[in-house]
Amino acid sequence: MKRVAILGVGMHPWGKWGHNFVTYGVVAAQAALADAGISWRDVQFVSGADTIRNGYPGFIAGATFAQALGWSGARVSSCYAACASGASALQAARAQILAELCDVALVVGADTTPKGFFAPVGGDRPDDPDWLRFRLLGATNPTYFALYARRRIEMFGATPADFAKVKVKNSRHGLSNPNARYRKEVTEEEVLTSPVVADPLRLLEICATSDGGAAIVLASEEYARRIAGPSAHPPMIAAISTVTPTYPNTVIEMPNFATDSGTASGPSFRDSIARAAYEEAGLGPEDLDVAEVYDLSSALELDWYENIGLCKEGDAERLLNDGDTTVGGRIPVNPSGGLSCFGEAIPAQAIAQVCELTWQVRGQADGRQVEGARVGLTVNQGLFGHGSSVIVTR
Amino acid sequence: MKTRTPAIEGWFRLDDADPRLLATRCKSCATYFFPKETTFCRNPDCDGRELEEVALSSHGRLWSWATNYYPPPAPYVAADPFVPYTVAAVELEDEKLVVLGQVAPGVSPDELRTGMHMRLTLGPLFEDDEREYIVWKWDRA
Repeated sequence: MKRVAILGVGMHPWGKWGHNFVTYGVVAAQAALADAGISWRDVQFVSGADTIRNGYPGFIAGATFAQALGWSGARVSSCYAACASGASALQAARAQILAELCDVALVVGADTTPKGFFAPVGGDRPDDPDWLRFRLLGATNPTYFALYARRRIEMFGATPADFAKVKVKNSRHGLSNPNARYRKEVTEEEVLTSPVVADPLRLLEICATSDGGAAIVLASEEYARRIAGPSAHPPMIAAISTVTPTYPNTVIEMPNFATDSGTASGPSFRDSIARAAYEEAGLGPEDLDVAEVYDLSSALELDWYENIGLCKEGDAERLLNDGDTTVGGRIPVNPSGGLSCFGEAIPAQAIAQVCELTWQVRGQADGRQVEGARVGLTVNQGLFGHGSSVIVTR
Repeated sequence: MKTRTPAIEGWFRLDDADPRLLATRCKSCATYFFPKETTFCRNPDCDGRELEEVALSSHGRLWSWATNYYPPPAPYVAADPFVPYTVAAVELEDEKLVVLGQVAPGVSPDELRTGMHMRLTLGPLFEDDEREYIVWKWDRA
């Protein structure tokens, strides 16, 4: 598989800033363009990751950001894949470059979120499973996270202290990240005395909803050499996995009421997401120096260790407790601080993961740098069957 | 006395003696779908277009559960004052579907264990001035 170069990355810090999402996207885009050393006029293709809670401009994010940056005639696309939207937007840009339809593309995702639980899109919509799961079950997003957490406790003997330690680790990682929303060290005791939201998960273990924006400039290898010089070694995207489940999908997933019938069992969807990226890059979990995984909850981070092949099923707690996944350990996970320190700005999140890996492989992740990081993997999953995994190499 | 009304039409049998979830089964490959799939079979290796309604088995084993301590947003109609409730995922014995449902109010989450036998029951979800809206729930078998 041919690779594409990451020419520049940029973010608007995560928080609750109260601005329109377009502001965050434009700030992130301008930062990425400056980092790339190119101007907006040079961009040939804009790939926007959509937000569904900000009206029409959110549904056509590519055009919204292009207009805000100043109509330049660049081609645009907009896509939505829930939490995986950023990876889909990256994939759309990469495909344009690899098909030689353009040399340089700008990928942008940004969001402004409401406070509290994510609610379904408004109106009376009894045909929408996302509406019905709230109506008939009261099944919030944390309800699903808690089902997985409880399953770990029952199957592998995980403890609330194990889950709390994920939060403690990530809070330390995020301390010096200028783009993180929460930059405060928390103790195990503080986690374990925070209010129970969806038992067994507590408030400090569940990712918040945030405002934020992230952007990446992608380019062909030839264009990158032209801009940065022949001796430059920009980070490369070695793989993007946007796989969907294979039938039958026998693990209950948000926002569904039921799984497929497991009378014939199939491979696990979550295992398949990173596997497809490894296959595309010709790499494996043993090649990774760093990973950014989607810690919607503390316990879910542990599931991902297994899903991306860092350890076998049931061993994630040991990996955590041995310090392997802490910066300085064997395979640091979420050096950025993860969703634990960021909260979730949905369309920006998968892009932000790739921004972090870019800084890591460039050696620019001040205060959270994984020494000698050369290969990193992101993983994420969007509801309604969207896999997302990106491998960055240098 | 308020009228008992299903909180959603066609998803379950409103029969206290034998409550059942209503699904469809593909006539070609015999796989099950809940909620009902009525037009095309979703098995990628099957071209089936005839899906018949079937009542699912009313027993299964507990896969996992979660207890909510904060009221969810609308369209959930939360009791006032709010009462925490548990959502269970139960794997049906015969069909091997894992189906979510609230846990019947008499069951404490402390009694629950993965693999435990559960049975389908009916219970109130919310009510208005005239009607009590009923939904399926999971109870200890």
